[in-house]
This record gives sequence, structure tokens and C-alpha cells, in this order.
Amino acid sequence: MPRSASEPYDLAVLGAGPAGLAGAVAASEAGLSVALLDSSGQTGGQYFRHPAPALRARRPHALHHDWPAFARLRRRLEAGTTDHFGAHHVWTVTREGDDAWTVHALTGADGDGERPVRIPARAVLLATGSSERHLPFPGWTLPGVVAAGGAQAMLKSGLVLPGRRIVVAGSGPLLLAVASSLAAAGADVPAVVEASGYLGYARHPRALATNPHKLLEAAVHGSALLRHRVRTLTRHAVTEAHGTDRVEAVTVTRLDRDWRPVPGTGRRIACDALAVGHGLIPQTELATTLGCATRRTPDGTAALALDDLQRTSVPGLWAAGETGGVGGWRLARVEGELAGLAVAAHLRGRPAPGGRARELRRRRDRLRAFADAMAAAHAPGPGWTGWLTDDTDVCRCEEVTAGRVREAAGDLGARDARTVKLLTRAGMGWCQGRMCAAAVACLAAAGTAEGTVPPSAERRPLAVPVPLGVLASEPE
Amino acid sequence: MPKSNSSDVADVIVVGAGVVGAACAHYAARSGLSVTVVDRGPVAGGTTGAGEGNLLVSDKGPGPELELALLSTRLWREMEDGIPAASEYEPKGGLVVASSGAAMDALRTFAAAQATAGVTAHEIPADGLREREPHLAPDLAGGFHYPQDAQVQPALAAARLLRASGARVRTGSEVTAVLTGPAGEVRGVRTPGGDLHAPYVVNAAGTWGGELARLAGTDLPVLPRRGFVLVTEPLPRVVRHKVYAADYVADVASDSAALQTSAVVEGTPAGPVLIGASRERVGFDRTLSVEALRRLARGATALFPVLAGVRATRTYAGFRPYLPDHLPAIGADPRVPGLLHACGHEGAGIGLAPATGLVIARLLTGGEPPLDVKPFDPGRFTAAA
Amino acid sequence: MARTPAELAGAEPDPPFEITFDGRTVTALPGQTLAAALWGAGILAWRTTRAGGRPRGAFCGIGQCYDCLATVNGTPNRRACLVPARPGDAVTTQEGHGHAPLGV
Repeated sequence: MPRSASEPYDLAVLGAGPAGLAGAVAASEAGLSVALLDSSGQTGGQYFRHPAPALRARRPHALHHDWPAFARLRRRLEAGTTDHFGAHHVWTVTREGDDAWTVHALTGADGDGERPVRIPARAVLLATGSSERHLPFPGWTLPGVVAAGGAQAMLKSGLVLPGRRIVVAGSGPLLLAVASSLAAAGADVPAVVEASGYLGYARHPRALATNPHKLLEAAVHGSALLRHRVRTLTRHAVTEAHGTDRVEAVTVTRLDRDWRPVPGTGRRIACDALAVGHGLIPQTELATTLGCATRRTPDGTAALALDDLQRTSVPGLWAAGETGGVGGWRLARVEGELAGLAVAAHLRGRPAPGGRARELRRRRDRLRAFADAMAAAHAPGPGWTGWLTDDTDVCRCEEVTAGRVREAAGDLGARDARTVKLLTRAGMGWCQGRMCAAAVACLAAAGTAEGTVPPSAERRPLAVPVPLGVLASEPE
Repeated sequence: MPKSNSSDVADVIVVGAGVVGAACAHYAARSGLSVTVVDRGPVAGGTTGAGEGNLLVSDKGPGPELELALLSTRLWREMEDGIPAASEYEPKGGLVVASSGAAMDALRTFAAAQATAGVTAHEIPADGLREREPHLAPDLAGGFHYPQDAQVQPALAAARLLRASGARVRTGSEVTAVLTGPAGEVRGVRTPGGDLHAPYVVNAAGTWGGELARLAGTDLPVLPRRGFVLVTEPLPRVVRHKVYAADYVADVASDSAALQTSAVVEGTPAGPVLIGASRERVGFDRTLSVEALRRLARGATALFPVLAGVRATRTYAGFRPYLPDHLPAIGADPRVPGLLHACGHEGAGIGLAPATGLVIARLLTGGEPPLDVKPFDPGRFTAAA
Repeated sequence: MARTPAELAGAEPDPPFEITFDGRTVTALPGQTLAAALWGAGILAWRTTRAGGRPRGAFCGIGQCYDCLATVNGTPNRRACLVPARPGDAVTTQEGHGHAPLGV
């Protein structure tokens, strides 16, 4: 539909990963005017992250099993009328009225652009994906210790590795994919260290049986790991990284069922890098600032609460993909398409979409059941804090140690991450707690009688840092 | 009814674990009373945790609030148990700046009046401003330096005061009823975890003090006055004092519900610069106001142009407990024997907390209040009706 | 089996160019971020922390952890994992907040 420059878009899609792409394509093909924003200059999100054009990669598919699916989505996007705003960092979304929203974004590679952007839209689809969950351990701030997804992202986009001999550790299905990619790209991967047992999957045979592609994926990664002679240690964790100015070795320790390190079982593995992560956390801050309700996922994260048509609890806001619960790119794509169709029906004043949407809902429910089973299998056990020494930095930005967090949770009576933050500055730094909030919440809850406190949904009214000069120049 | 045991009995129950409640607990405990503090949220979970930690005399004209502030200033300084140091107490002084000759004249008149009430203020000519604050904009007309102004980190202050008081602290415990005896006198409070018994209950529920008053069968017209604070990335010391524009004083005293902003800029020992101050009466609505943030940023960068290239990493909203005459309610409730109020300090609660706590402790023990408390009488709103 | 990531992806980039890190010459490929170029040269740390003075570099790799903050051509706090490398860029180890000259 032709649209004049001052007119709002029918739909603003935030995030150009599988969910956002599918949502934008579906909405655009249904006749809506669509703005697609992403902090990266390229589409694909984290999963389909790929080298910049100037690197002239002839085989980007070598880094992705599912590249053709992405390539098809991208072709449909480019064939349509969607306006793609790359390198746009959304710092907040404001409600202007019924079916009226403004998306506020910074521009530039890292948001350094001079000119703030405001994009008006009648509906917003939040497809902001997830970020990695980190559980600190002694030495995790050493150079060479990198996020598992971070190592993969740097490989996929920059074609580089953090070292030659890389231990992969943490928990969750991402680890196998990371280890396969790193090994395929020439790294020596001495071990994949998984804190859970993969046996957890067996408790959900139905979810597995109805999702055969997941088995296929696991087999692909498994065989790649075999080919590269990568050892997988389950019920183990890296409990310390050693080195002075960079990592030189890690200690790997056996865990009990609650992820408590078993004394006397530690052994050293020499390496020059460690890729570590403990699952994924939905990125919900833009939505929670607008008051969207969240739900607790089986692995203890807060995801947006969504209805059958991907609507959040706030009218006019839809969500798709991992922001509504981590579940992989296929689920994200299905949810994105469903949301796109649902937004189109809403704006046209039509009833809930049928036909195609019914099929999408069926697939979504099946994939979501599998995601929940995976999440439950990899949920961190409460014993992980056993490997934290009091001098371990928990908050990387503000260098707040576990000892100080424990003091706040003990002597000073903090029982939740927000109060710990107020009393210790843990989570008050540049990343606003993105790296430490999960750990801080666990340590704060350790002081309560119940032992666990559900982590509250993160509140970050500024989703990215905003230069004061840019804020000051916002139109009145 | 759950069986009571000794831990459910105290001399006084303080409702509210913010800085005012913590100060009440602190001074009551020092007077020999056994104290239980109850809060439905965590320590410093309400307005305290959203405050900047101002201990100001500079923004107050002669009158009862200034007397409370001057007493508090002394009490903060003299506080024991290492509380000031552990609360990042900084006696750094305030600097109020004027952008025009007329504004400077108004400041001069204001400072002269304050001087009669015991406030120290030094006039700083235009060419002396940058010696005190090198990054200040060059085109200001002058200002006044207030050496008695100070700052604390409010959440730490509340937590440290509570800890030092030795009070039993029950956070995450909401008061659902105020228990009374046959003559309507206070007997304690009901919480989901059981009844707590005491002959006195102090309402230190801040912005939610009106709700507690209603539970007790009385009323107090506390309203929320929303404010946003912008917090920058960590910086070296770029702002030495608490620096604010002269129009801040008028905004504080205003009764308008509409959005008002005036530039208030200060550094913190941890590195970030805090930027305030906005005021608006919109109920308990936390919705981000881009307009409020725009005005805060514009005010701060006008005073300190160097901040234009600095990034705000976070913002938060808080709700000041506003009473119609801008004075707190401190003292006995006229209708409910045993109920005392200590709330409604608007944006000055951190600063006024110690003097409030001391007054409450004296009232509880039958001692002489350290100053005239008549202007803070909680009954003043009902008397007229 | 591929020996390098570039071989794996079949990359045939335009000619490399030079940037500097603390005065030392580092080769970058067109399309790489500053962090990727530094990793490619085996450099993993390019800032020191505010309190402990500890070395840090890229961690999350996707612009969220802010551990990769670098001073680039004199401007502090650029996220090296997002900023593309350009010929002649001078990356210098950032100490703490990177704003020492603003201190009064």
C-alpha cells in the first residue's frame, strides 16, 4: 500500500531475525506497510548472522544448516515493500493512542549516530530475540573467556576465532552447535562441558517424537563433533578459568544432579579460549517498559505472556520468537508469520485469521512443547553457586564480587536482584545487568527462607544507552 | 488467629522500610524501644530507592521545613556506627546558578532570608563559577554556594540505618489491617504471616501513607508526585557540587499537576552523574515520558555542555509523597490513639529522615521534641474540614 | 577439512587494510568489525576496568555486554564488536571509564 512520508506505518517490526523477517514478510504480503528495524545492518538476527558483503563469502551456508530457508525469507522481504532500517537501535517505544505508537531509535553502527529517529506505526511486533544467560565462575572475566554465542557470532560475521584450542562449556543445545562450528572452522575443541545430562530429553518422548528435525539437528552436530573428535562431558562444569592476562587452562569439575560441584573431581584442561553460556534469556525490556505481562518459563526466565494470536497483554503490541520464550528459529519463524497475519486481520477489522493461521498455530504449539522440554532439561540447578568464591566478580561492569552480593543478601536484607543492585551496584553498569541479573537473582534468593524467588522481569526503560545531546534534541 | 510469640511483640511497629522508616527505627531503638519494621516490599523498595539522596538546605526558605532540614543536616553529620561512610555520605555543598541578572537578584533575596534562619550561602559572581565548576556553561549570571548541602546514597543509607537499629525487619510482608482495642487504640498490625503486636504504630509508608491511614480508619491526603532521574555512564568527577538552576526552588514549591522540570545535576562517588528533576502528578503511572527525559537532558546539557556527548545508561521514576502544603506529617494521629505518622516528605525525605526519626522517638518516649512540631501536625488537614 | 574460518566460508574479500592497536599495525579485512580484526591478530583485550584495572575485550560478541568498549580514534566507549574497521583506525587501550580528560 502506498504510504506518504508523514503517515505512520501499519506495522513496525523490531528485530530482523527469523521471527521479525517472517512477520514483516507475512504482513507486507497481506498488504500492510511495514518498517523493519534491527540494530545490525543486515537481516538474519543472531541465528542467521553472516559475514558482511565486503568479506565476499561464497559459502555462507557452510556456517548454517538452514541457510536456504533464510535465503528464501530474505528474497521475499526484498521482493516486497517493507522498509528495512538497518543499524537502528531502538531505545524505547511509546504509546501515542489507540493503534498509534512511536518507535524511538538511535542510528549508527553502535548507536553513535547524531540523529535520533522516530518511526510512527499503527502496530508493533516485538521480535527482539534473546541473549545468553551467564553464570559466573572464578576467572570468567579473563580475556579469552567469551560467551558461547559470542564466539559463534564473531565467527559467523567476522570469520575469526578467539583462540586455537577452545573449550565449550555451560548448558543448553546451543553448545553443540557452537562446538561444531568452531571445530569446522579449524579450532581444536578439547571438550564440550555440559552441566545437565542429555537424558533429560528422554522425559519428554512425545515432544521429541513430534519434532524429528530436532533429532536431525542433534545428529548433525553429534556427527560433526565425532568427526572432529570432540569429547562431550555431561554433568560437568568449568568451575575456574586460569591465567593472568588471558585464559591458559580451565578446571572442569563433576556436578551432582543439583549442579553442585563434587569435591575432588576437578581436573585441568589446557586451552587458550573458553566459550561458555548457560542457555538463553528472552529480551523483553522494550515490552516490559510498556507494561506487557510476562510468564515464567520452565528454565526460570521471564518471557512475554502471549495469547493464541501472539498478542501481548497490551493491546496493539504483538510478539514473536524468543522474546515470548526461547524455542529456536523454526518456532520463531512460525510465530512471526502468525503475528504478521494477526496484525493484518486486526488492522483490517477482520476476525482472527483462519486457514493458514490454524496450521501455524498447530506447528507453534508442537514446537513450543519441545522448547519447554528442552528448557526443563537444561534449567540451572541451585547448586551452581557452590563454585563461586567470595572474590569472584559477579557483575562484570561494576566489578561487584559474590561476597558483596552475599553480604547485601545476608546482613543488609536484600532478597531480590533490584535491592541487591541498589545496595551493591551489581547490574548498574553499562550492560544494565544483562550479564549478571540471573546470577544476582539466584544469590539474593539464597538468603530467603524459601530458597528461590522468581526473578522479576527486567526493567530497563532505556533499552540502549542514549547520548544526552541526542535526548535533548528530541522534538517537543 | 496465629498464636503470638515474643518475636511478634514490640514497643513500636514501623510500617515502611524506606529511609524515613529506617530513621524512625534507628532513633526509637536508641531510645531503648524494641522495634519491628514491616514493609510489603524490600528495603528501600519505594521512593527511597528512586531518590537522588539530597540532603539540602539550599532549596528551602525560612520556615518549619528548613528547621527540620538544618537539624537533619547536623544529625547526618553526627550519625554513629559508620553509617555516613557506608552510605556514601558526601558533604559536597550545593551550587545554585542563575541564568539572568533578574534570577540572580531573586537568589540574593532568597539567600538573605535564609541567612536569618541559619543557612550559610556565599555569592559567587559569574566569573567565579567556573573556578568552582569548570564544566559549567560560560554564559551564566552567577550563583550561590551552600556549603551545608550534602548527599548520601539513599538505599544504602536506609539499609545501614536499619541494620544499625537492630530492629526486627519483616520485608515482603504487607500490612492488611491495623489492630485496635476497645477504645479504638492501636494494638498492632495484621500481616499474611501473622499478627504483630505493639501499642504504637508509625506510618512511614511514604507515598503509600494514605493507604495505611485508611486501613487505620483515618485519613492523610498523600498524593504521588512523579519524578524521573537520568543516570549517565560512569565518569570521573566532572561535577563537584550538587548544581541546580534557580527555577528549581519555584518548581518544588509549586502546586501544579502539570510536568515541570528544572536542571539538577550532580556526580556520585561511583562515577555516574545523576540528572533531575521532573515533577508531575499523574498517579502511580510509571510509563516512560520521553518529554520529561528530553527536558531533563536539555536542562543538564545547557548547564554542562560537556554532557551532550555523554550517554544516559538508565532512567527511573519515583513517586514523591506529596501533601497539599508541601510539609510532612510528623506526629500523632488525631483520631487513632497510638498511631503516629511520619510520611509526606515529598522530595526531601532522605534529607529530613533523621530529624523525623528523632521527633518520632521523642514523641514515643514522652520526651521533648527537638523542635516545634506543630506545623507538621497530621491533624492539620482534618481540622479545617 | 577447513583450516580457517575464511576457508570454511569461501571468503574472497577485497585486499586487507591496516589499522593500529596501541600503535602496533593490525591487518583487517573489509567487512570485519574492530573486534574481529583484533581477534584475527590474536588480541583479546583492549580496555582495563575502572576499579581493578583488569584487562577486558569482547565477551558477548553481539553488542550487549559492553565489555568490548574501546577508544577509537580518540573517542572512548565504542563497542568494538559492532563498529566496522576502517583503514587507518587507531584503537587504543581504554583505561576505566575512558573519560580521564574530563575529570576536574
